[in-house]
Amino acid sequence: MSFFAQFDLSVIGPSLPFIWTGLLFTVKLTVIAMTGGIILGTLLALARLSPITPLAMAATWYVNLMRSIPLLMVILWFFLIIPLLTGKPMGAENSAIITFTLFEAAYYSEIMRAGIQSVPRGQVWAGQAIGMTYAQTMGHIILPQAFRNMLPVLLTQTIILFQDTSLVYAIGAKDLLKAAEIAGKNYNRPVEMYVFVAFVYFVICFALSRLVKHLQSRIAIIR
Amino acid sequence: MIEINNVSKWYGQFQVLTDCSTQITKGDVVVVCGPSGSGKSTLIKCVNGLEAFQQGNIVVNGTSVGDPKTNLPKLRSRVGMVFQHFELFPHMSITENLVIGQTKVLGRSKEEAQERGLKLLDRVGLKSQADKFPGQLSGGQQQRVAIARALAMDPICMLFDEPTSALDPEMINEVLDVMVELANEGMTMMVVTHEMGFARKVADRVIFMDHGHIVEDATKEEFFGTPRSERAQQFLSKILSH
Ligand SMILES: Nc1ncnc2c1ncn2[C@@H]1O[C@H](COP(=O)(O)OP(=O)(O)OP(=O)(O)O)[C@@H](O)[C@H]1O
Ligand SMILES: [Mg+2]
Repeated sequence: MSFFAQFDLSVIGPSLPFIWTGLLFTVKLTVIAMTGGIILGTLLALARLSPITPLAMAATWYVNLMRSIPLLMVILWFFLIIPLLTGKPMGAENSAIITFTLFEAAYYSEIMRAGIQSVPRGQVWAGQAIGMTYAQTMGHIILPQAFRNMLPVLLTQTIILFQDTSLVYAIGAKDLLKAAEIAGKNYNRPVEMYVFVAFVYFVICFALSRLVKHLQSRIAIIR
Repeated sequence: MIEINNVSKWYGQFQVLTDCSTQITKGDVVVVCGPSGSGKSTLIKCVNGLEAFQQGNIVVNGTSVGDPKTNLPKLRSRVGMVFQHFELFPHMSITENLVIGQTKVLGRSKEEAQERGLKLLDRVGLKSQADKFPGQLSGGQQQRVAIARALAMDPICMLFDEPTSALDPEMINEVLDVMVELANEGMTMMVVTHEMGFARKVADRVIFMDHGHIVEDATKEEFFGTPRSERAQQFLSKILSH
């Protein structure tokens, strides 16, 4: 009772514009890392499935490495090491975007690999039999089907990615969580702010997971 | 048209094809039969290079399939192939299935490809299904679309790998009728099938395979009259009795 009595939600209104900019960065980071991660991940999946052994091994090695390191460490290392290597500092936002794309690619690649393997072998033969090259067969026949089969799983991974973006807080990138923290300090009302952003995270993730459910049932009809 | 000379193939230690040789002249229909696992699918996939082979050579219309310098996609675009499980592209409409090879491989315009595709769809009796998706068609209909898709590329010869064995009995004839018509028009065809009625009607020669060997390679009359090998006799009596 006393806990809620002290709750002052009036600080949320004035901080909304500031929190909004944080949310925009979080969304931007999610969208870029998702798009880049799926593209890079698809290339990694194709490399892993290719008969060219060194290529397959390199891709496997990359994926396993990324999946064995905690994301937070990748974020920190990348942020600290790149300026040492290039001699130029890189902004926390750009560093976060690149790190997330590279990291998520490993997870998306496993999904796309399963997707490619879910397409029957005969589809490759059918594409090749009408004279398509490897690239055409993949681009027009296999990948569209793999992508469609895996759409719910890809989206679920994106929900996890959206939540994980809050880790960029550690390098000071101004995302939704960081914005809430700053606003909380300004008004000396951190608890309200953290509760509010938790609510924002929840609403977005919940909406996305409903979308996944909806897609799953639609795909079930198409098949 | 198709020359297969002393072809052998291994999967690791396991020899799938042993010293297979035969020729198919232009306009001929050759039926390939034999027990399950005898290497029929493997042999027919070697003809358009979907499977690689380690020994011997295959020449299709003057082009050597096993030669690393051969442009396989180009060769395959001229060799039609029909599969046991149809293998239509499930994410595309029937029309798109018929168009994609023509536009992406042959470089035809979309209008031209559509016109040609619809003509062939009409020919296999499925014009009304043009806008549906493969999953909405019966097996027999899907297989007829698959034949139309192969014909849309204007092939110089056609390969069929058990085109009716995944079909319900009542749909087999609608597919065989299309194939008989093709044969009568003079298409060069290599057909893996156990439909001996089809073989009797249109085949020029029948090849019998067993354990990766071509055991018998005879004219239709010879084959159905008195197969020379005991294995072929046994096989024939088994499939003709039901
Ligand atoms: N990718 C593969 N790896 C290893 N062995 C294989 C492979 N594909 C086929 N085989 C084997 O090669 C042999 C010949 O197979 P193939 O599919 O050509 O036979 P088939 O005559 O077409 O039989 P069916 O009538 O069942 O279609 C079989 O024993 C099969 O198990
Ligand atoms: Mg077979």
